[in-house]
Amino acid sequence: MTNHWIDFKNSDVILIMGSNPAENHPVSFRWILKAKEAGAKVICVDPRFTRSAAKADLYAPLRSGTDIAFLGGMINYILQNKLYFEQYVRDYTNSSYLVNADFKMPGDLAGLFSGYDAKKRSYNAKAWSFQKNADESIMKDPTLQDPNCVFQLLKKHYGRYTLDLVSKTTGTSKEKLLEVYKLYASTGKPDKAGTELYAMGWTQHTVGTQNIRAMVIVQLLLGNMGIAGGGINALRGESNVQGSTDHGLLFHILPGYLPVPSADLKDTAAYIEKYTPKTKDPQSANWWANRNKYLISYLKAIYGAKATKENDFAYSLLPKLDPGMNGSWLMIFDNMIKGKFKGFFAWGQNPACSGSNSNKVRSALSKLDWMVTANLFDNETASFWKGPGVDSSKVKTEVFFLPVAASFEKEGSITNSGRWAQWRTAAVKPQGQSKPDAEIIHELYQKIKSLYAKDGGALPEQLSALTWNYGFKRADGTIKSIDAHAIAKEINGYFLEDVEDKPKPLKPGEKAPLPPPPGTPKKMLGKKGELAGSFGQLQADGSTSSGNWLYTQSYNEKGNLMARRGKKDPTGLGMFPEWSWCWPVNRRILYNRASVDLNGKPYNLKKAVVYWNANAPLPNGKTGAWVGDVPDGPWPPMANEKDGKKPFIMKPDGVASVFGSGLKDGPFPEHYEPVECPVPENFFSKQMSNPASKVFSDAGVKEDVLATCDVRFPLVATTYRVTEHWQTGVMTRNTPWLLELQPRQFCEISVELAKEKSIGNGDIIEVSSARGKIEAVAMVTPRIKPFQIGGKTVHQIGLPWCFGWTTPGVGDAANLLTPTAGDANTMIPETKAFMVGIARKG
Amino acid sequence: MAVSRRDFFKLSGSGLAAATLGFNLAPVEAKAEDLAIRYAKESTTICPYCSVGCGMIVHTLGGNVINVEGDPDHPISEGALCPKGSSVFQLRDNKARVTTPMYRAPGASEWKEVSWEWALDEIALKVKKTRDASFMPTSKIKIKEKMGGVDVEKEIEAVVNRTMGMASVGSAALDNEECYLYQKFLRGLGLVYIEHQARI
Repeated sequence: MTNHWIDFKNSDVILIMGSNPAENHPVSFRWILKAKEAGAKVICVDPRFTRSAAKADLYAPLRSGTDIAFLGGMINYILQNKLYFEQYVRDYTNSSYLVNADFKMPGDLAGLFSGYDAKKRSYNAKAWSFQKNADESIMKDPTLQDPNCVFQLLKKHYGRYTLDLVSKTTGTSKEKLLEVYKLYASTGKPDKAGTELYAMGWTQHTVGTQNIRAMVIVQLLLGNMGIAGGGINALRGESNVQGSTDHGLLFHILPGYLPVPSADLKDTAAYIEKYTPKTKDPQSANWWANRNKYLISYLKAIYGAKATKENDFAYSLLPKLDPGMNGSWLMIFDNMIKGKFKGFFAWGQNPACSGSNSNKVRSALSKLDWMVTANLFDNETASFWKGPGVDSSKVKTEVFFLPVAASFEKEGSITNSGRWAQWRTAAVKPQGQSKPDAEIIHELYQKIKSLYAKDGGALPEQLSALTWNYGFKRADGTIKSIDAHAIAKEINGYFLEDVEDKPKPLKPGEKAPLPPPPGTPKKMLGKKGELAGSFGQLQADGSTSSGNWLYTQSYNEKGNLMARRGKKDPTGLGMFPEWSWCWPVNRRILYNRASVDLNGKPYNLKKAVVYWNANAPLPNGKTGAWVGDVPDGPWPPMANEKDGKKPFIMKPDGVASVFGSGLKDGPFPEHYEPVECPVPENFFSKQMSNPASKVFSDAGVKEDVLATCDVRFPLVATTYRVTEHWQTGVMTRNTPWLLELQPRQFCEISVELAKEKSIGNGDIIEVSSARGKIEAVAMVTPRIKPFQIGGKTVHQIGLPWCFGWTTPGVGDAANLLTPTAGDANTMIPETKAFMVGIARKG
Repeated sequence: MAVSRRDFFKLSGSGLAAATLGFNLAPVEAKAEDLAIRYAKESTTICPYCSVGCGMIVHTLGGNVINVEGDPDHPISEGALCPKGSSVFQLRDNKARVTTPMYRAPGASEWKEVSWEWALDEIALKVKKTRDASFMPTSKIKIKEKMGGVDVEKEIEAVVNRTMGMASVGSAALDNEECYLYQKFLRGLGLVYIEHQARI
């Protein structure tokens, strides 16, 4: 989230699209209702009339998988009717940038952008480059009139997204489309805020990233980023999925979003060179220019004294990918089913139920020699060897089940969707013999390390060089138990040496200050052994450590800021700066300097996130400071040409990307059909599905079959969660109160479809796809209505995905039906739009 | 006597409203004083389910969890919990909870209980064996090098130090400190196939 949960109350229009907070984030809905009480309007766009829709002022249905068409129409409406916030668009986005004159878009290129290589199914993004001046700076047209400028290209591209075409694709009526567009576009006024709440309804598509990009463009046109009640807000699904992402439990990132190194980057210098963006814009803060400090401080955190300048901070010990190698979720199970792994950890996760195309996952698990699972309860992954249709005697996989402590039986922090890291205390000892995950990891580490010490083996230093000094020790020096505070401090980072606060290098033409009188004590940033105060203090020379630069400040010399319970709310906007701690540096609203004009005056004076007080005296004798939220940088407003900086500090040029050159599937979102769809043609172009997404269906794995426009599977299906269960239901199916409330797999179908198929409410039906079938109770409901798509009736159904066979009588996983297909950028599986058939049983 | 909502609360604090309205709150107060949580230890925690991050208070007495409820001081949830959060109590004394390490041998049709010592020793041996057998110190890759101003592709043997025979998925339910420790451990073993819930 760019903003945070309480901030919903500051919104004027809330768009719920791709999420269902009333059911899946129930307590957050109080802040949506508070906004409503204050006069805000709520819009809900969803294939189903959800409980969020029931509380909305305006509901519009759409066919699963057509969000880009829907939003493309909105972009077109905003541009045609000049409802954008022009000054914001010009000052804070790349709309004025000139793209090279050869660049072509899907309207002229049969659904493709320039630079496509059909053999590789990928784009060469050089074809999307900007025009440069002689000094390498980007050419711009601040009037936004040049036909090659981003703004005009945007207009041209989305000019194709007419109401007729959008309605024909999405199945939403033109009247509803207009109602939504008009209401949401009303937030383009400088003092109005619109927010978008999305979740897996947007990410789990082969165009997932572009769904979100389309909305980012809407938000930038309307000036809704960086403001109270605005932003683009991912309602994340798990208590700490934000934290686990921040801490790099993914194949492509280390903690703090540092890319995992690839083999072509032979040393830290090559790594830093590649991942440090450059800018010619003197007003760009270009925050990733600090990449070197974060990488070296990470290496110092994990390798400690073993990381020296002489050995390039032990960079060679970090495991490396081949260039272009993809180790993501779908690839893991693809490799596993091909017998490429011997061992597997399923640590607090149930892929046999949560993995798309679960039959493939279950079959893949049987190819392993051994598997370790850590969980509170038995589940479909741990016990896959005795699942439906499996002959245990033929499964050779050895399985270890490690029982873990519940959340309230251990101590540590978790980070919510609003980036607040909140500390949990231990209420009781772990149940039975179960142990906190950290203890188990610690014991395993010690055992494996001592095996290497005793017997040798492959590069033992990779393991033995790790710093591992976490707390409560026995008399012999070995660690008795893990101290979560010690790890939290390692994540925050330390000064490893005394570090002097050196003055910044002089700018050209700047006069050097007078040297201090002799005998003046040196000004220090920090002393050896002290915790680093914030990431601004981290160094690239090995004199500081930090396990995750984003969390530097969370646990510093002031104490454990994540455990704070202060209730002050000085702005009245609900930011509660003294409650817990949020990354980065306790900034509650990201890009908050985009909420003010070039002089630092808030566009919305009533809901000012930050403002520039030119008269505020500073300790160094100068004047001028930001007041309010922690600003995204201390620099004065942009009108100060010498020192002012642009607000989007994580972007190389300081402005937000309306034109996204970094995407794998095009700089503007374009509508493509899901890999399985009900229509024989894409009404927007000749290109059916995302041209840059990976295809699994032609690699000879029998589980990877697709069926598009297949008479056996004529219904569009989507999966979702219910309030009473969580994820695959491992915890909630084992909670008697919750299972009683929501006892088994059901399938929502429309009254019309039920009539067509002679299915009554409560009948047992079979739902099947090209990959599998499950049994469900038919829930015949007017909450789902048939769509008119290109003049034909298309039915949609919905399935919760929280059930599995280990709980008797509830039915098996909805993911047995979903395909192996992933988003072109993230490889998140497409489980929100696929094709099924249904039939009454018996 | 006209009583506004606000006045009602003011008055009820002094017991006047109860008298005015004709009922007596004293038994309710007495009952509250009898609640088991009166002598319990309060620990604050955050809900383990979705990502809203609602505050909870866990009441314990003699090492047992006797109650879990919303934390009224929490600025996001203000004391509220959804059905899942309200049921966290049942995660504790739950017969389905696995509380002993278990092992399933090749071809076996049931789990058997094992000791921690045995399970972790066995896992350590398997991890080491798999790592040693599948460790790749180097990999042949293609790189582009500038030669006389032009990019020339060439193949090199690059250091990768990675383990190919193992993968890991999970976990978004671990604490931050555990996530950090887990990625450190896995990368210390040379793993590159590291994924979790954020991808799906």
